[in-house]
Amino acid sequence: MKKRRERIDRGIKARSEDVYALSSWREMLYLAGPRLLPAAAFLLLPLFLGAYWQKVMISVAVFALLAISWDMLAQTGMISLGQALFFGMGAYVSGILNFYFGMPPWIAIPIATVLGGALCTLILTPVLRLRGIYFSMVTLIIPLMLVRIIEATKIFGGTEGLSGMTPLPSTLTEIYLVTGVLLGVLFGLRRLMETDYGLVLKGIRDNDRSVTNAGIDIFWFKTQALFISSTIGAFAGALMTHVYMFVGMPVFALDYSILPMAAAVVGGSGTLAGAALGAVILVPLSEALRGIGGLRIVMYGLFLVVFTVAVPEGLFDYIQRRYHQMERWVEIDQ
Amino acid sequence: MFAGTVVFALINSSILILLAIGFNLTFGISGVANFAYGALYIMSAYLSWTMLNLLHLPFWASAALSIVFTTISGAMMYRFVLLRVRGQALSEVIATFGIGLSILELFRYLGLVGFEYTLPVFWNESFMIAGAYVDIQRIIIVLIALVLVLGLWLFTHFTSTGLAFRGIAQDERTALTFGIDSDRIATLSVSFGAGLAAIAATIIIPLGSIAPDEGYDVLIKALAVCIIGGLGSTGGVIVAGVIIGFAERFTDSYIGSHWTMIVSLAAILLVLAIKPSGLFGQQKELEERI
Repeated sequence: MKKRRERIDRGIKARSEDVYALSSWREMLYLAGPRLLPAAAFLLLPLFLGAYWQKVMISVAVFALLAISWDMLAQTGMISLGQALFFGMGAYVSGILNFYFGMPPWIAIPIATVLGGALCTLILTPVLRLRGIYFSMVTLIIPLMLVRIIEATKIFGGTEGLSGMTPLPSTLTEIYLVTGVLLGVLFGLRRLMETDYGLVLKGIRDNDRSVTNAGIDIFWFKTQALFISSTIGAFAGALMTHVYMFVGMPVFALDYSILPMAAAVVGGSGTLAGAALGAVILVPLSEALRGIGGLRIVMYGLFLVVFTVAVPEGLFDYIQRRYHQMERWVEIDQ
Repeated sequence: MFAGTVVFALINSSILILLAIGFNLTFGISGVANFAYGALYIMSAYLSWTMLNLLHLPFWASAALSIVFTTISGAMMYRFVLLRVRGQALSEVIATFGIGLSILELFRYLGLVGFEYTLPVFWNESFMIAGAYVDIQRIIIVLIALVLVLGLWLFTHFTSTGLAFRGIAQDERTALTFGIDSDRIATLSVSFGAGLAAIAATIIIPLGSIAPDEGYDVLIKALAVCIIGGLGSTGGVIVAGVIIGFAERFTDSYIGSHWTMIVSLAAILLVLAIKPSGLFGQQKELEERI
């Protein structure tokens, strides 16, 4: 007697996807639960955490933002090996506004977010027409190049960086600012990718020539996706400048490129929520493993390899499947 | 000063060609952009250092063993990792980048950095050419670069494996119909690329010392040369190597050493933005940009 595993949708899923979702509390909870749970966790947890883990939580949210921004680009078919560009650009713009022009954080951060995003878009526009690995190569090179330029020209503090930025009023303000933005970006972008606009972006990833044939200017859409993505990254950078009260060459470091990518790959790229999930797993893990120092990056590298090769769909996809579907053994018809 | 700069520019060009030729071979044939290239370069140098200093093997033996070992590890990397994501260029990039990152950061963690971590020069003498002191090692680099380029050209044009390489590079499916096993050829191309990285390490490392950061620099340099010359084009590698080699030396002499890396990076960006297939890459233009 041979058996196979059959996977079927839960009945409640079929019902609650439609207008009947509002027919019972159970179905509403089924739909809202997975969305409310992380939101509630992000909003309530800071109140119970100690000072150290509050800082970790800021890191989690910042890397989640970077991972979402990576995933957003990846969904448009652009694999970036240099998220540090977005992060660093936001960090430097905010730092410069605060250091040289004395702008308070709540003015410097929004300006740096938009200006940093615009600058990154401007830098990458000439290479937007490149596809696949050619785009990846450029994104890998640009942050390295900016570091060398800062080193060579000694602008903005050179190797020393700029320090003494105005901090935000309190740690709780920092946390709620960054988690608020994270939740907004996560749910907002997830909704955006479901619309026709998102469909065009995913179409560019799957087959850019057919999208062009449909009379859509993919160059313009890619620019928009790049702007959205780099703005998110720039916000993360701008915020961290004021959290650390310092900006310098480390903002272009490899960490800010690798960890977001690892998070998105581990969590599952193409879902945005997966990217956030990956950051929630990897960042505290790497804090807990602080003792092993440099081995952490080795670990991220191995995560990248193992997950791309063995589990390409990532953790989020698996969890989602378990939530919506059930498995049972059925006999095989001979 | 000018003549001396020209001499060193020539040597620098040979170094760049040596660094890029393995990356170019792999990409040109199997289409795998091996982002672990710099890591393989550094790994072979450390291997050879370990065998030389801890196992006390003679230099030629440790160098040969490390080249062989790196070649094998390139093949294993293809068999166990890349084969599973073959054809998905972006997954290949992420996977090879992850491998390279792990190797380099592992060496950084082990803390093997310092002046004692270097390989011996082949022949420790120097003489004057055009008013500049040049040591024999640098001359050997130029010679080996010439020999390798020529050997590679002969290999890809006159041996059956080499012809199979070019067949796969031109059209994989047509090559399959001629009975060329594309997986075997791709494995060979990745492992040959790794082997060339190891050869380059053996002769270039004696000029400096082994450091994990060097791995990233090597990758960037190889990328720079290949992109400017046109990925997959051997002639392009030579021309681009000469262009960047001269540009770097001249900025070093007349502007400042901080700017050398920026020159090559800026050259990459310029070429990618204007003609992404590079100076000599003609095929597959539609696959590179739209």
